[in-house]
Amino acid sequence: MSILSQLREKPWPQSNGATVLKVGPSILRTPTEVGLLFFLASITGLFTLLLISYNGRILLGNDWVPVPDPAILWINTAILIFSSIAFHRARKHAQASKVIGIRKNLLVAGLLTFGFLSGQTIASLQLYELGYYVSNNPANAFFYLLTGIHALHLIGGLFVWMRTQYRVQLGVDLRKIKVSVELCAIYWHYLLVVWLIIFVLLLTT
Amino acid sequence: MASETVVIPPAELPEVELYHAKSWITKYVFSQDAKVIAIQYSGTAVLIGLVGLVLSWLMRLQLGFPETFSFIDESEYLQYVTLHGMIMVVYLLTALFLGGFGNYMIPLMVGARDMVFPYANMLSFWIYLLSVLILVASFFVPGGPTGAGWTLYPPQAITSGTPGSDGGIILMLVSLVFFIIGFTMGGLNYAVTVLQARARGMTLMMMPLTVWGIFVATILALFAFPALLVASIMMLFDRILDTSFFIPMIYEMGEVIPREGGSPVLFQHLFWFFGHPEVYIVALPAFGIVSDVISTHARKAIFGYRMMVWAIIAIGGLSFIVWAHHMYVSGMNPYFGFFFATTTLIIAIPTALKLYNWTLTLWKGNIHMTVPMLWCIAFIVTFLNGGVTGLFLGNVSVDVPLSDTMFVVAHFHMVMGVAPIFVIFAAIYHWFPLATGKMLNNAMGQFHFWVTFVGAYLIYFPMHYLGFVGVPRRYYEIGETTFVPPSAADLNAFITIMVLIVGFAQVVFIYNLLTSIFSGKKSEVNPWKATTLEWQTSEFPPGHGNFGDELPVVYRWAYEYGAPENVDDYVPQNIHPDKVARKPIAE
Repeated sequence: MSILSQLREKPWPQSNGATVLKVGPSILRTPTEVGLLFFLASITGLFTLLLISYNGRILLGNDWVPVPDPAILWINTAILIFSSIAFHRARKHAQASKVIGIRKNLLVAGLLTFGFLSGQTIASLQLYELGYYVSNNPANAFFYLLTGIHALHLIGGLFVWMRTQYRVQLGVDLRKIKVSVELCAIYWHYLLVVWLIIFVLLLTT
Repeated sequence: MASETVVIPPAELPEVELYHAKSWITKYVFSQDAKVIAIQYSGTAVLIGLVGLVLSWLMRLQLGFPETFSFIDESEYLQYVTLHGMIMVVYLLTALFLGGFGNYMIPLMVGARDMVFPYANMLSFWIYLLSVLILVASFFVPGGPTGAGWTLYPPQAITSGTPGSDGGIILMLVSLVFFIIGFTMGGLNYAVTVLQARARGMTLMMMPLTVWGIFVATILALFAFPALLVASIMMLFDRILDTSFFIPMIYEMGEVIPREGGSPVLFQHLFWFFGHPEVYIVALPAFGIVSDVISTHARKAIFGYRMMVWAIIAIGGLSFIVWAHHMYVSGMNPYFGFFFATTTLIIAIPTALKLYNWTLTLWKGNIHMTVPMLWCIAFIVTFLNGGVTGLFLGNVSVDVPLSDTMFVVAHFHMVMGVAPIFVIFAAIYHWFPLATGKMLNNAMGQFHFWVTFVGAYLIYFPMHYLGFVGVPRRYYEIGETTFVPPSAADLNAFITIMVLIVGFAQVVFIYNLLTSIFSGKKSEVNPWKATTLEWQTSEFPPGHGNFGDELPVVYRWAYEYGAPENVDDYVPQNIHPDKVARKPIAE
């Protein structure tokens, strides 16, 4: 039943006195999946507001000096894309219940994420050495803020990844592993999209 | 009467594994049981709320009797104002309604054993407690807590000269960041439990309005708090790393600070994009609770249940497009102000609808003037009063002269201070027997109600007048002005005396709470004869896992009161239709 028809339901006793019991909650997804979707919705708000502030600050001030985007950002982007692909493959293997396939792809995906985070750190250090300090210009501050908050979300994801990897190594409870891999894959795809938006914004401003 | 067809659908998901505590510590301290977490949240919120209350007394002492108390200076006064506001809005009301009532009522009312993510739920409380401790710590750093006003507007929030611009503001912002992280963990629980863990038969439209209110408020919070998070992080950057997100070119101590171009108005937009939904994060659970308590104590179905649900959703949606009505004097484009004035007035429609429906629920009801009911009726009146002054302030041309006067203070205290607090009292008197198995003392309850209710009006009605004559808010001392008559000082003294009397009534309430827990009259099961599931548990008060061996099945909505064809004047949601005693049909 669609949400709108659910909201049109008349719960009070009908005139003929009949009580027809409706099916309870319509469960399409597991609670953890719904939880993740709510979480993603919430952090979409977070990133949207950050990007609005980014544009707002460019428009409101007249002191914006664009940051030169370090070339390594391109490599980082490629690494994150490959990480997302590996998660996708792990998810496919999970759906087919192939534990070895999950293990390999999950490991690759996690290591690539570490690679991405290292690359982002290098990019920041390069800018810092060139004298683009955080307090010099709002463009610099936003560069560190956006990449930092995005990285923090990936680091949070890595904790879940580590727990999943541990479960896969032990090979216990395939049902739980499947759910975890599924959720990790959705989360990583989401953060890839967020990064691509941030990256395009950094390149164009 | 047509025969009743009951088809019990099979459960769609296996039951969630219930976490069982293995030791005293995991049962009562690091507990994953939503009811224990609810008590922890409520206890912490009430304790920090008492700090906020004492701060308001100190403020009132200064305003009522200026140049009398040597221990209150200008800086301290501003710090009291700031911390009082922040504590009451965020750390008391939000935490108590969502963390306290949300945790206690949602699983019980929707027929679940617990929240869906108990571990995250536990973390949510401990992170909340950490944020409260950080806030309290700011009282003890050099310079004291921030005195920037609860809105923390830059640039003055972080420039020297404002009290607490050293460590105070940093701890305030860090505390908010932790609060938001903790809330998000709890909020995901509340929303997903409502969507995924309801008992069989409990369709969305079978849910009690309390659950609806808390559910929609949680969603608002999940979308609104990120704005405060962004604003807090950016301001922390400005304060610690000398960036200029919000800091324009400015003179500090006679020297130009090495920053420019930042926009204080950007902060205001971020803050109020959080701040206005925050009003409804507090109000919507209150709306829900009041609906259920009124219906129970008037023995009558809530009037217009669907409209009530739709109104909650509509108010929730609209609350995201009214934020700039807090910023009419920030120099915005008049067309922009016109837009926000329009949306602000539109939000009065679903809100008024709710007020009519509460009144119509009382109409020809079998009204029991119990203490919870008294609080609910007081809420209806107070919310109406506060709402009507909101219509004044929602109009740009009326708001501009009244901006930053005591009129605004009176308005928002009526509408989102006093009114929701009344509902919290209603809810405590209503659900105290459920949580403790004891009744609160009625005489002390009546005393608490009448003194608080009458006192609140004696405090805030004169305050509207003070605002009209131009008494500004946030001023340590008015001194002698040409436009404020000397009688304002007498009125201020009167208000302060009323504040202290109402404060005394709260002491009586706390005493009542504490003594009733230990030596109160034992409550019978379901003392108010309510229909909702929280009163239908196998144990009373409900134990771990809430509902014995089998989860309840829901056969009807939560408002089956006084139906003429039934023998009893109420039928709980989980009673099988064949077991409902019907009156014989007259031939």
